[in-house]
Amino acid sequence: MGDSRDAMKVRRALEARRLELPFLETDLPLNLDLSRRDILKIAGYGSLAAFIAACGGTTTTTTGSTTGGTLSIGSYQSDPSVKAGLKDIVDAFTAANGGTKVNVNTVSHNTFQDSINSYLQGTPQDVFTWFSGHRMRFFADKGLCSPIDDVWDAVKSNYTDAFATAVKGNDGHVYAVPTDYYPWAVFYRKDVFAAKGYTVPTNWDDFKALCAKMKMDGLAPIAMGQNDGWPAQGTFDIINLRLNGYDFHTRLLVGQEKWTDSKVTAVFKKWAEITQYYSAAPNGTTWQQAADKLLRKQAGMYVLGLFVSDEFKATGSQADVDQLDFFPFPNLGTSFDAEKALDAPIDVYMMSKKSPTLSKDRGQAAAFLKFMATGAAQGMFFKQAPGSIPTANDADISGYTLLQKKAQQIVSAAGKITQYFDRDSRPDFAGANGMQSFLKSFIASPQSDPTTLQTKMQQFWDSLPAEA
Amino acid sequence: MASPATSAVPARASKAPEAGALVATRRRRRYSLLTRPDRLLIILMVGIPLALDLAFVWGPTVASILLSFTDWSGIGQVTAQNIVGVKNYKTLFTGYAFFWPAVEHNLIWLAFLAFIATPIGMLLAVLLDRELSGKRFYQSVFFLPVVLPLVVVGFIWELQYAPSDGFINNAFGLVKSGKIIDWLGNPNLNIYAALVATSWRHIGYIMVLYLAGLKSVDPSLREAAKVDGATEVQTFFNVVLPVMAPINVIIVVVTAIEALRAFDLAFIFNHGTNGLELLSTLITNNSISEASLIGFGSAIAVILLVISLGPIVLFLSRAMRAQA
Repeated sequence: MGDSRDAMKVRRALEARRLELPFLETDLPLNLDLSRRDILKIAGYGSLAAFIAACGGTTTTTTGSTTGGTLSIGSYQSDPSVKAGLKDIVDAFTAANGGTKVNVNTVSHNTFQDSINSYLQGTPQDVFTWFSGHRMRFFADKGLCSPIDDVWDAVKSNYTDAFATAVKGNDGHVYAVPTDYYPWAVFYRKDVFAAKGYTVPTNWDDFKALCAKMKMDGLAPIAMGQNDGWPAQGTFDIINLRLNGYDFHTRLLVGQEKWTDSKVTAVFKKWAEITQYYSAAPNGTTWQQAADKLLRKQAGMYVLGLFVSDEFKATGSQADVDQLDFFPFPNLGTSFDAEKALDAPIDVYMMSKKSPTLSKDRGQAAAFLKFMATGAAQGMFFKQAPGSIPTANDADISGYTLLQKKAQQIVSAAGKITQYFDRDSRPDFAGANGMQSFLKSFIASPQSDPTTLQTKMQQFWDSLPAEA
Repeated sequence: MASPATSAVPARASKAPEAGALVATRRRRRYSLLTRPDRLLIILMVGIPLALDLAFVWGPTVASILLSFTDWSGIGQVTAQNIVGVKNYKTLFTGYAFFWPAVEHNLIWLAFLAFIATPIGMLLAVLLDRELSGKRFYQSVFFLPVVLPLVVVGFIWELQYAPSDGFINNAFGLVKSGKIIDWLGNPNLNIYAALVATSWRHIGYIMVLYLAGLKSVDPSLREAAKVDGATEVQTFFNVVLPVMAPINVIIVVVTAIEALRAFDLAFIFNHGTNGLELLSTLITNNSISEASLIGFGSAIAVILLVISLGPIVLFLSRAMRAQA
């Protein structure tokens, strides 16, 4: 308490929530051509939509070429490290592409995600940051992003087949360029494991035995920060994948299986075996605070994505990052263990459809997407944000730490890859007053009968309108 | 009182023929006290705000009401297929797990502000209205949170309530003894944690409003009460409080509105989930989030509107009666 880190935390918390007003960085177009929807939203909760709508680049002369000219990018890379990474890329692109003037509009990650519908329908930037998975295909189906088969044809030799599948829409066209990914696994500190003589568990019983041992040693065995709502979804994903397999998991998340299925009950029952080992107050702890527990050796393990290393880098020292290691979630003794399935969300760049500047910037946008597909560009981002691994084949891996190499291996060894609950399912179901709330209820009382909760889930799913 | 009234009557009577002459000369034109530029100005001054009000307040309100009968996702046009009748309302009242908790939490919010926070603010105002040394200092201290936006209040209290690095758990030694209280994560507790945080600001707000009102109470009334032998408490309840009636209405309305529009703290603490559901956060999470259930969110908004009309009508009828 009371050390200088508190002040830093406040600052970072404020930055993460984006108290600064992003539209002050760009020109605010006084565009009164508002649809009823826009008016509704602006009137309703003021600035969210306005933040996003406040995009629109400066208009300059029209060029038909791909060099020079202008380009606008809508980015959710709002944390300091990733923001710096994108800035380096943009500077390099401007230098390499005949001085293209790039206007980056950065919006807080959560706000960007929350406003994506109105953003893509309003006046989006030419190129925007997004995710692979169900959500990417959804917007492709709605015609809110442009197919970029020409870009993909030029760069596909730089990607493995897994990525080629991940960027295709339901219509077979390519809609995105993958730039980085990060696996979800069980993270721990090597020095803690060495000092206490712990060994990496490979099956469920060993995992639970390790938890029990840690508890006796005065550690919180598993750090959990479910205040944000989404972290527990990662644990649901992996237990469901191990217990019921990839096919059931993906079908469940799009509503082709019932939430009341006894297979889902089994997931919660299995999960309830380890909830007693969670750190104190899981529902009131943010994911950053939980990461802090692992960093400060108060917790033994943490189920999260590789981006936890960014948090280590930001709050700790390089020595802390060097101690960070992970192992894949333990096997549960089912036939699906062999799938080695895991969540490894892929971040992508896409081209919007309704950008007012796209008609003249199409060439620059394509050039930028091609640039993003190079190992050189991805390397610049990686340097600032080591928590996500470049996707290009020609990315320079000589500088990878052991952790990053391991991350690459675990993903290439996986038979099936999922994108994470909220990217594989519909967002209204996965959101705050949906699955996030249900999982909080589960974490609050894991021993109560899961079927009550499952009924609520199915009831909620059934109440949602058809997605198409 | 009698003499000015009697003298006024002849004065008015003597002026009457003059006014009649004026009317007579202007009879051919339409009688008006306003010149044409005046009228134009009034039309502009009333018309522009009215048009803005219709466009930005009542237009969206009506649109929300209409949208609440659809399942529109916010993408593309609203078509006939989107119209679902009262399905959204049916889901809300019968199937939606978060609606009744949200209503309950809004009511708890209202009760807490009305019976605890607002009276404390009034009490502070009464105390600070007396001659105290260091009065200005206390006023500033209590008023300070009011200048902070609720969002910032949320950040501050989120840090205080944090389970293992928060001030509160550490100050009471709960971290050391391993009895951490999950202020924000316990669904039975977090609403009160949020209420304490919101009261921190609300008390100062009410205090300032009430203090302003108390300053305007004629001191001779209190002196008269004192001379008649009334105690402090009697003076307050029987003399000051009735005189303050207009301010009291404002305080009641402010409290009700604060309770109904409660949003920021719940949203900052945990996005309005897990015991912190409020009608306002449900609206946001459903219609302004990635979920994009605009129709469903609109239905919740309509219900909030209907509830809000209560204090609004009360306030307006009071305000208009006072003017009449």
